[in-house]
Amino acid sequence: MKNRDGGISNLYFVKPAIRFYDFYITASPAHADWIAMDHRPTTAPAWQQDIFKVLKEGNVRQIAYVPDAGHSHVIRSAIADPDIEDIVLTTEEEGVAVVSGAWLGGQRAVLLMQSSGVGNCVNMFSLLSSANFPFFTLVTMRGEYADFNPWQGPMGRATQGALELMGITVLRASDPDQVEEIVRAGFDAAFEAGDRVAVLLGQNLIGRKKWERK
Amino acid sequence: MSIDTGTSKGKTADRREFVSKLLGALPDALVVTGLGSASYDVFAAGDRDKNYYLWGAMGGSTSLALGLALAQPDKSVVVITGDGEQLMGIGSLATIAAKQPRNLTIVVLDNGHFGETGMQRSHTSLGTDLVSVAKGFGIANAFAVESIDRCGDIADQAAARKATTFVRVCIEASEPPRALPPRDGAHVKNRFRSALGFDPF
Repeated sequence: MKNRDGGISNLYFVKPAIRFYDFYITASPAHADWIAMDHRPTTAPAWQQDIFKVLKEGNVRQIAYVPDAGHSHVIRSAIADPDIEDIVLTTEEEGVAVVSGAWLGGQRAVLLMQSSGVGNCVNMFSLLSSANFPFFTLVTMRGEYADFNPWQGPMGRATQGALELMGITVLRASDPDQVEEIVRAGFDAAFEAGDRVAVLLGQNLIGRKKWERK
Repeated sequence: MSIDTGTSKGKTADRREFVSKLLGALPDALVVTGLGSASYDVFAAGDRDKNYYLWGAMGGSTSLALGLALAQPDKSVVVITGDGEQLMGIGSLATIAAKQPRNLTIVVLDNGHFGETGMQRSHTSLGTDLVSVAKGFGIANAFAVESIDRCGDIADQAAARKATTFVRVCIEASEPPRALPPRDGAHVKNRFRSALGFDPF
């Protein structure tokens, strides 16, 4: 069962320059025209296509997410795939429980979020170790590379530590050519060995965010 | 100022009796509990392999049940939780409404209080109406019940798997004797999966 509207109307995901938490800052009535207009398909970076390939080949059946530009291709692909449930969350900790429930029901599921979301998850991570659930999350990093927004810094700097404090193995991919291999390694550790794994996707993969339209 | 939402003075159901009767009518359902009193009610009704009890992860019961319901669309999934646990994960109702899993029934035992921590008043004693909240999030089949007379109806709806259902059950702020479910989350997980035919690693 896919979501009701078929998932094609969500414009937030098609404009790579818009990231979820930034939307409230950048969006204003003056921007409404280009938000509405710019929904032509764009070619996703190869590393984002590689990520979806790993998930699809690994028989992932549910993808739960709070959006980010770095996840936009995987989210679009999940919405378009009849065999994958796309689940948009109001907060990332919901996703920790959703993917555990999916495993309880015999399916593989992954959680996508940005680094700020890791902080929202901390107590819910106790579900994973208390019941030994396999867990795989992809975390796009903020606050670590040419970030204009200082409010992203505190959680960005604490992301790896917070994950490790809660017993989650952390891998990192910063080179586009290595994303597929590292994501695959983390994915296999989660679903073949039952580990709890986060792959951090370096902010440099996405590059500098343009804050002003010229 | 005090606000009477009906939980303290209105008609109420006995929580143990309600849960026992409801689950008795749904022998094949997959059951997820919130932590605390709701899990004791479910355990007291009879331990089952297809029960998943939370002892922590407060706010996670409905989200966990969503993942389960999407993975097992041909089975009825029933959440039994309390008002406090539901309030902590309130946004999950929006997430569930966006997916509309027909096989998911959420039963909130609402006594208007945080029972596990000394019966402090919760938001549902102070103005929040969970049925309106659920409807506002987009769960159209949301309603309140005040007695066990409606158990059969709720069980029929859960078994029919026709629509996401949210039920607020008005219960007394009482504390029945504790009936503690197993706390070994890995054991409970593995026996649940085994009951569905899934092997461990």
